Amino acid sequence: MSNHVTSSPFIHGAANVTRTMQLVAYALLPAILGSLWLFGWGILINLILAISTALLAEAAVLAMRHRPVLITLQDGSAILTAMLLAISLPPLAPWWLIVIGTAFAIIFAKQLYGGLGFNPFNPAMAGYVLLLISFPQEMTSWAAPTILRSADLSLWQTLQYSLTSQLPVGITLDAISSATALDTLQVQLGMGHVLSEIRSSPIFGQLGGYGWEVINGLILLGGLWLLRQRVISWHVPVGMLGSLALMATLFHFVDPEYYAGPLFHLASGGAMLGAFFIATDPVSGATSLRGQLVFGIGVGLLTFIIRTWGSFPDGIAFAVLLMNMAAPTIDYYTQPQVYGHNRRS
Amino acid sequence: MSRAALSNSATQKLWRFHGGLHLPDQKSLSCEQSIEQAILPKRLVLPLQQHIGAAAKPIVKIGDHVCKGQMIAQPDGYVSAALHAPSSGTVAAIAELPIPHPSGLKATCIVIDTDGEDRWIERQTHGNWASINPSELRNIIRDAGIVGLGGAGFPSFIKLNPGARTEVDTLILNAAECEPYITCDDRLIRERVTEVIAGARIMRHALHARRTVIGIEDNKPEAYAALQAALARLKHVPIEVVQVPTLYPTGGEKQLIKILTSKEVPSQGLPIDINIVCHNVATAAAVHRAVELGEPLISRIVTVTGHGVHTPRNLETLIGTPITDLLEQCGGTTKDLSRLLLGGPMMGVTLSDHNLPITKTGNCVLALTPNEFGPQGSVRNCIRCGECARVCPVSLLPQQMYWHARAKDFDKVQDYHLFDCIECGCCAYVCPSNLPLVQYYRFAKTAIWSQAREKQKSELARDRHDFRIARQEREKAERAARLAKKKAALEDKSAGTDDKAKKDAIKAAMERAKVKREATKVAPKNTDNLSADQQRQIDEANARRAAAEQDGEKKS
Repeated sequence: MSNHVTSSPFIHGAANVTRTMQLVAYALLPAILGSLWLFGWGILINLILAISTALLAEAAVLAMRHRPVLITLQDGSAILTAMLLAISLPPLAPWWLIVIGTAFAIIFAKQLYGGLGFNPFNPAMAGYVLLLISFPQEMTSWAAPTILRSADLSLWQTLQYSLTSQLPVGITLDAISSATALDTLQVQLGMGHVLSEIRSSPIFGQLGGYGWEVINGLILLGGLWLLRQRVISWHVPVGMLGSLALMATLFHFVDPEYYAGPLFHLASGGAMLGAFFIATDPVSGATSLRGQLVFGIGVGLLTFIIRTWGSFPDGIAFAVLLMNMAAPTIDYYTQPQVYGHNRRS
Repeated sequence: MSRAALSNSATQKLWRFHGGLHLPDQKSLSCEQSIEQAILPKRLVLPLQQHIGAAAKPIVKIGDHVCKGQMIAQPDGYVSAALHAPSSGTVAAIAELPIPHPSGLKATCIVIDTDGEDRWIERQTHGNWASINPSELRNIIRDAGIVGLGGAGFPSFIKLNPGARTEVDTLILNAAECEPYITCDDRLIRERVTEVIAGARIMRHALHARRTVIGIEDNKPEAYAALQAALARLKHVPIEVVQVPTLYPTGGEKQLIKILTSKEVPSQGLPIDINIVCHNVATAAAVHRAVELGEPLISRIVTVTGHGVHTPRNLETLIGTPITDLLEQCGGTTKDLSRLLLGGPMMGVTLSDHNLPITKTGNCVLALTPNEFGPQGSVRNCIRCGECARVCPVSLLPQQMYWHARAKDFDKVQDYHLFDCIECGCCAYVCPSNLPLVQYYRFAKTAIWSQAREKQKSELARDRHDFRIARQEREKAERAARLAKKKAALEDKSAGTDDKAKKDAIKAAMERAKVKREATKVAPKNTDNLSADQQRQIDEANARRAAAEQDGEKKS
């Protein structure tokens, strides 16, 4: 007998978890290539470190929990978590930052809750927030776009920097890194500067941060492809980006010299990654389509609030984790009307 | 009825039910095969229960000769159905035999050895059904043993009896046939459309239905055309034919009602609660045969298909025919046959034994080969993707039901309306984690049913226990009362007799005993005729004993 099914239905559709994870990973490729081009080799080292840590950590916990290791690793969820975290972290980060973040994401945020399907929080974002709170300096020092750098690092030099935090003689950290646009905006606004003044800095591009807007565009491309492949539905991205843009528009309209406009918000930081890849995580998000819309709107609102009035430069990770906590409640209140119940017939 | 009311789906507004699936329909395997007569088997096995309700009661004995169409078991109660001999022959056995059931159960069956003559009983035809009153029509249909041929097998005459005060707004004839592979209704309509329509008219008459609609999926254009052509020929027959989009499970009664009328059957209710009655087209044809030709339900069309048989076919099959015979007539099974099903791939049951008989509800024998199951990945944890809820035609939350069924939290799983689940299998079909969701729901339903039964039983036991305690206490009280009464009576008696007489009697008895003791008193034999020496020794011993006794008395 070729199949394990003992009662109907005896046939099955094409969907499976591994395939879903693969498609999401493919959708990240344009952004990874973009990062290589714009921010140098860092992303590659981040990815290798994160994926190996994730696989090792997951395998170790599974073995300790006496669960099948190989079959579970094949679901691809650990690799995907590692990829999402690697993309979110600064491309010029020390190796231990990546390893700690990934290990925490897999061991604490995922496996200790029971593994894939049981984690209430998005593991990648839990790892990200741990790092952001514990190592704020490393987390906010972002690689400058290669075009803006006064010096450049080779793959070997980047690896050396990651492992030893030593830069080649003659290159200073300032030459290759810079604050992010969101960070700069927050700091400068706090110092009483107005928007038009701040945005004249070279780290700003047409829409958002220089380079960042391209990455966000590439992530959007991947996200649209996921929509087309029906891996995700439009509810979370539209809810999140819509509410973020709406809030930004409203406040920008009130005071254009203090509040950045909607396009800046959409093209900066992790807006697109959050909308298409993070908040769409089925495990930690809302289930029903209506619930997903509410979930997305919540993430968008919180992101805007944290970005505008919070003390952290980007609010996606916090917004997602906060909404993760609300997901069961959202699901409870967005239950569909069951056929034949409480309806005039 | 005006011409405007006549059949046209272009003018019919349709509604949608939630969810549903587009499945690879696989109907082309068998849909071009015209209906053939299945070869008369040597032996027919007829389970007494082929329907919902009570099993029929046999009215033949082993050794009886029966004619084709003769009733061999009668309905036992209202919700039950009669059984007829599908061919002439001899009753060989009435015994417990395996029946087509998911758990491979055995049940009482009547076994008929056919004589090959296929001789009919005298058939009573009613060509003038329009002049027969509905009640009498229902009796004819009941006596013909007709049950729903679409799958559930509910006795049809009950569904044709709306009750005196209920008006039937719409009679729906279900020709959706939404499960993949199955084509028996398609072939029936294509080849015997007049029978279907004749049956529909009789049903309409029995129900006084205001409107009659035949709903058919748009993947059967030939059958649709046949229906339209037949209705056009008849003229002025107020039956509409409506093409509905192909979407599994459109053939579900509740789903088809929603599509055609926008109405929803209330939860735990019946279509008649919203003035709708729904019958399968094959049932309509059977009604026509029973009423107009006097033929009870003794055969049905069975689709034998799947890549596991050499030549898929539609066979007009006598009820009770062994499935092996049907497979043989279709060229036998292939070497790579992996699983044999009765019914479709979404809702059918596995056949443990190829020798099981076809029953009234057996619409399809499906022989599946390994590559027909679709991708079979390993079972993983639920990732809460919600795909199951999106395809559920009842708008349930299969995922939540799964969590609670898994945790055996049966109250919670009922809060999520477990008993509204129609087990169509859409959720399990799309589940990326390959979870056997429907199996969990069946498990939960069975567990809840048995809990309810246990509860009933324990309530009964508790009642019995309480009663026993009450009885024991009552008996104790009665006994105590009796005793007290007796005692009182005794005391009365003793108070009344002479005390002295009693004492005298005792004294006399004591005297008698004393005399008797004296008379029987004899000295121990070994102390007779003692010598002086012996006597002296005894005296000494006695003296010692007396001294010791005295000593002991002093000490103490």
